[in-house]
Amino acid sequence: MKDTIKNRHMYRILKIIIISMLLFNPSFAGSDGQKDLSNNSNGEVKDCFEGLNRGIFAFNQALDNIVVEPLAKGYRLLPSPIRTGTSNVLSNLSLVITIPNNFLQGEFELAGKNSGRFLLNSTIGILGFFDPASKIGLNNYEKEDWGQTLGVWGVDEGCYIVLPILGPSTVRDTVGSLATYMGGDSWYNITVKNDTRYVSDFDYYASVATNGIDFRAKNIESFQNLETNSIDFYASVKSLYLQDRKKKIANSDYITETMDDSDWEEIETQ
Amino acid sequence: MKSLNLKIIILFIILITSFNSKVFANSMDFISELTSNASNILASNQSKSEKMNQLIGLAEINVDIDGIGIYTLGKYRKSLSEDQIKEYEILFRQYFLKSFSSRLSEYTDPKINVLSEEVINKKYTIVSSVLEADDKRPEIKIDWRVYTVNPEKPLVRDLIIEGLSLARTQREEFNSVIQNGDGKIEVLFLNLREFISK
Repeated sequence: MKDTIKNRHMYRILKIIIISMLLFNPSFAGSDGQKDLSNNSNGEVKDCFEGLNRGIFAFNQALDNIVVEPLAKGYRLLPSPIRTGTSNVLSNLSLVITIPNNFLQGEFELAGKNSGRFLLNSTIGILGFFDPASKIGLNNYEKEDWGQTLGVWGVDEGCYIVLPILGPSTVRDTVGSLATYMGGDSWYNITVKNDTRYVSDFDYYASVATNGIDFRAKNIESFQNLETNSIDFYASVKSLYLQDRKKKIANSDYITETMDDSDWEEIETQ
Repeated sequence: MKSLNLKIIILFIILITSFNSKVFANSMDFISELTSNASNILASNQSKSEKMNQLIGLAEINVDIDGIGIYTLGKYRKSLSEDQIKEYEILFRQYFLKSFSSRLSEYTDPKINVLSEEVINKKYTIVSSVLEADDKRPEIKIDWRVYTVNPEKPLVRDLIIEGLSLARTQREEFNSVIQNGDGKIEVLFLNLREFISK
């Protein structure tokens, strides 16, 4: 019975991956390669629904001003060890998505390291509140998700989109995140999908909301600074999101690997 | 006699130039000194406007503002007339300095540790550093793109914060403004003027 459920989940995930590959990488669909190149010659992601995106972005900003930012400011008033512990728990939970994606991206060593990290922090670290794994060298944890795996497999971003509440994304990343709701997130599976005696829907949605607030709290000044100093805040956020995804998909901290220098080369001022 | 005068003049010029330009052994030294100067300004007891003025002075000497300006025009830089380029350079300089000093003045006593450098080619070196964590934010990794064509006068061309390039973000922002203004550079000029006068 369990095997049938597992197979069904795997089948769904595979279906999403195949559909997304056909949808977002036009070269697979037998289109005119020359035309694709001219449309996207500088590697820019198209903003196909810019008008709608800007509308949703404005809505999200209003929501942020009224709800998220005040909550994030309140969250910051909590003692530092509580915030660090909360952040650790959320980071530990994210490993249940990261580990399968490490495997799918062929990062077996990293998958092993992250599995060790999860086991250690979930037990000795009391459900991830403490981070003993980092102290024994299982550190420098980088989150992975289904959208990144699609990117590593060569699936194009598709169009840039802004999702209500959730914020910036691309068609590929949105499809990737759907995998969460189709069996690709064990935390979701044991809370929402298969309610158990110990955890419920509330725990899942509370963790998602806290994750958002935790992220926002860590970036209050950066967001404020960016907004104050932008002449087109929407475009700045879009650029930062897409650069960040590119860097994460390249799985590299090595800056020169992720940057295209060609535009700089022709600028001479000395 | 003429020859002696000429020698004195040459010696004088050499002395003047050597006092005006400090030669750095490498780009790491250049960034270390720059960040240390910026930290001293920010940690001082001066008023916010005084700090901003000093930061502006620091940026004018150490940042390639014209180069960044041209870079941020992206594909549009080739379609501008000479007059438009001149006007843009003036506006961009004002915009950049205001934005730069405003961004930095929010920090009080930032601690930046310069870690390493990587020479990409004759023109560019990337210097890696970290901004130490404080109560409000986690540690932030900052890389500096240093333009090294003239080794005696290295200049900063980009800041890459946690892998995200500020110059690239700026370029995409400006390009979006021009694109949404039907490709007219005047729309960008208008936005820059509004920002400067705020």
